[in-house]
Amino acid sequence: MDNNSSGDAVKNAFVQFKDVQKSYDGEVLVVKGLNLDIAKGEFLTMLGPSGSGKSTCLMMLAGFEMPTHGEILLGGKSITNIAPHHRGIGMVFQNYALFPHMTIFENLAFPLEVRKMSSDQIKEKVSKALDMVRMGGFESRRPGQLSGGQAQRIAVARALVFEPELILMDEPLGALDKQLREQMQYEIKHIHESLGVTVVYVTHDQSEALTMSDRVAVFNDGIIQQLATPEVLYEEPKNAFVAQFIGENNKLEGKIKSQLENNLCEVELAGDQVVTALNVQNREVGAETSMSIRPERVVLNPQENQVDNMASGKIVESIYLGDHLRLNVRAFGEQEFVMKVPNATEHSSLVEGTDVGVGWRSEDCRALDPFIPI
Amino acid sequence: MSTAEALVTADGTPLKVSLARATRRSKIRALMLVVPLFVFILITFFIPIGDMLLRSFQNELVGDILPKTVKALENWDESSGELPDETVFTAMAEDFKVAAENKTIGKVGLRLNYEKSGFSSLFRKSGRRAKKLEPPYKEAFLEIDKKWNDLEYWRIFKRESAKFTKSYYLAALDVGYDEAGNIAMKPEEKQIYLNLFLRTLKLSLLITALCIILAYPVSYLLSTLPANKSNLLLILVLLPFWTSLLVRTTSWIALLQQEGVLNDLFVWLGIVSDDGRLAMIHNQTGTIIAMTHILLPFMILPLYSVMKTIPPSYMRAARSLGATPLTAFVRVYMPNTVAGIGAGSILVFILAIGYYITPALVGGTEGTLISNLIAYHLSTSLNWGLAAALGTILLGLVLFLYLMYDKIVGIDNMKLG
Repeated sequence: MDNNSSGDAVKNAFVQFKDVQKSYDGEVLVVKGLNLDIAKGEFLTMLGPSGSGKSTCLMMLAGFEMPTHGEILLGGKSITNIAPHHRGIGMVFQNYALFPHMTIFENLAFPLEVRKMSSDQIKEKVSKALDMVRMGGFESRRPGQLSGGQAQRIAVARALVFEPELILMDEPLGALDKQLREQMQYEIKHIHESLGVTVVYVTHDQSEALTMSDRVAVFNDGIIQQLATPEVLYEEPKNAFVAQFIGENNKLEGKIKSQLENNLCEVELAGDQVVTALNVQNREVGAETSMSIRPERVVLNPQENQVDNMASGKIVESIYLGDHLRLNVRAFGEQEFVMKVPNATEHSSLVEGTDVGVGWRSEDCRALDPFIPI
Repeated sequence: MSTAEALVTADGTPLKVSLARATRRSKIRALMLVVPLFVFILITFFIPIGDMLLRSFQNELVGDILPKTVKALENWDESSGELPDETVFTAMAEDFKVAAENKTIGKVGLRLNYEKSGFSSLFRKSGRRAKKLEPPYKEAFLEIDKKWNDLEYWRIFKRESAKFTKSYYLAALDVGYDEAGNIAMKPEEKQIYLNLFLRTLKLSLLITALCIILAYPVSYLLSTLPANKSNLLLILVLLPFWTSLLVRTTSWIALLQQEGVLNDLFVWLGIVSDDGRLAMIHNQTGTIIAMTHILLPFMILPLYSVMKTIPPSYMRAARSLGATPLTAFVRVYMPNTVAGIGAGSILVFILAIGYYITPALVGGTEGTLISNLIAYHLSTSLNWGLAAALGTILLGLVLFLYLMYDKIVGIDNMKLG
């Protein structure tokens, strides 16, 4: 498999984390030896559940937290001892952090004023930044008079107005409702593309990460579990945590029975059935494994030569979701499969209790490490 | 249906009537909850204070006790330069006989004595001999006391026999009547109250400023510490509230007096010589120190409650935008604490301007405030009218400053917690 597309080594890295560790209490490491290179102009997302260390990494990069060990480089220079206001990094906060006692204009002018620009320059730059987020004409409003989406646009504009090369975003869309969030995702992405700035984005929402990012670093337990493009992350998760955290996943627990060629292996399930899967982590015969199959890769009523693994099952739940049906099929005894079936006329018979066959190709079933629930 | 038409419910009653009916029960319930406190405050606070304030201009005493004289005096022209005629003296003789019988003559004397000393003895003397008076009364009265020959006494007598008087307010503002009966400022050496009002304002402002300076860092620390530590600190801030005000004030005496702890320490350290012990109590310094200490929690609490609501991301945002810590603090943090400063200042200032116990105990002569003089007139000189006038002026002053605050800062911006 081509796992190098994740680009673990980046040429001319703009931001570099080198063996960075962080502990708040001297007993627990929140970040355990982080190595991460971010290229110039890249949109990199740090994704993970709360407490995984992703926000701490962002705060260290912004300068609000000191690494306990290791160093952070920006443009090749160590910034560990540089104060936040000298780093020239734009930041967007989850609660927007717009200054309530200032108008929108004053909010945007603030970073320019502390840089001692002339008032003509300030006016020009502020109106340019407001136009970019389509908020022209809001100069004299106060942050309290804005809706969540508007406030977020202003926060983005304020982080961009002094033209930093690096923008950090700490769950900026967390407070918005779903529809607005999706719209803002595209807007932020377009701004990133048109300006070419480097963005480091923190979120716990995996769909947000997949939509926006060039690369995603999946954090758990203080380490990066996988660093890859959204496609690779979804199609080829390296371990059970990533498989479970990104997108929907069918999980089969078993024991590796024998190794086959082409990196395939046979896995024995709890009910003695044997299936073939891709041995991603080169696990040894006899080792516990958790296999991952994406719902859309499970084939309903497969033809004889279409798939390598087949089982018969019964639909226990059928949910109508408009463009597709979501089926819950029980097969291999107690095992439940989630699968997605396009909404077509011939599928109207897929109701609860129907006997169906399920199957999948061995390459789509990835044998990973045993899954430890979060 | 057009919008101009009044909205009606299904059965045809106007919507507003229907709504009022529906919410009547909850309105009545809300009212019932407030009634006990309202009645309590009305009886124990508003009515007595209102009664007290009325005394600052009410003046029915003279007319009540000497009705005939007051009536007869109406016809006397005080600018004529002559004494009132016999009718007035006749009326006065009758009134004095009744008043001497009722033993009320002293009261009138005391009341008029506020305007000019001498009235009290004049009335008591005349009252004692009222029974034996024989016509012609004018000569009889003049024989009792020469003061009855003095036009000024008569002028004041007539002026203060009116139902309402402004003399208390005039006295409270250090204004009096000159020889000719015109309103004029009192000579400088006789002015008391204006200076005291000024001193009260000045000290209150100073104490408020000191409280802001001392409370700001503490509140900031309180709002940034983790919960368990800030709770401990908050208890330390509130601890003085659990100690009697009297104990706190007297312990300042123990600390600050010439043979006190602080002076002993200074002498021991060699900062001052044994002869040069500092006078820190029974003067303005004592008042300022003790009152600042006592009023400090009233500044810390509103400040703390406002600072707690300022998210740390404001400062971080300012820093990330390129502001130095100082710029971020001055331009972003401080403006957001204005509501707390305003609330704390109003609380401390209003409490300070009417403070009584502490200045009375540690203020000496130059550290006393207007409230101490009000108390003096209430309990010692028994000139309640003047006390009421001073109180009314103080109340008006506070209300005026409050309105100014509302105009400048806006009362809606105030956060008390």
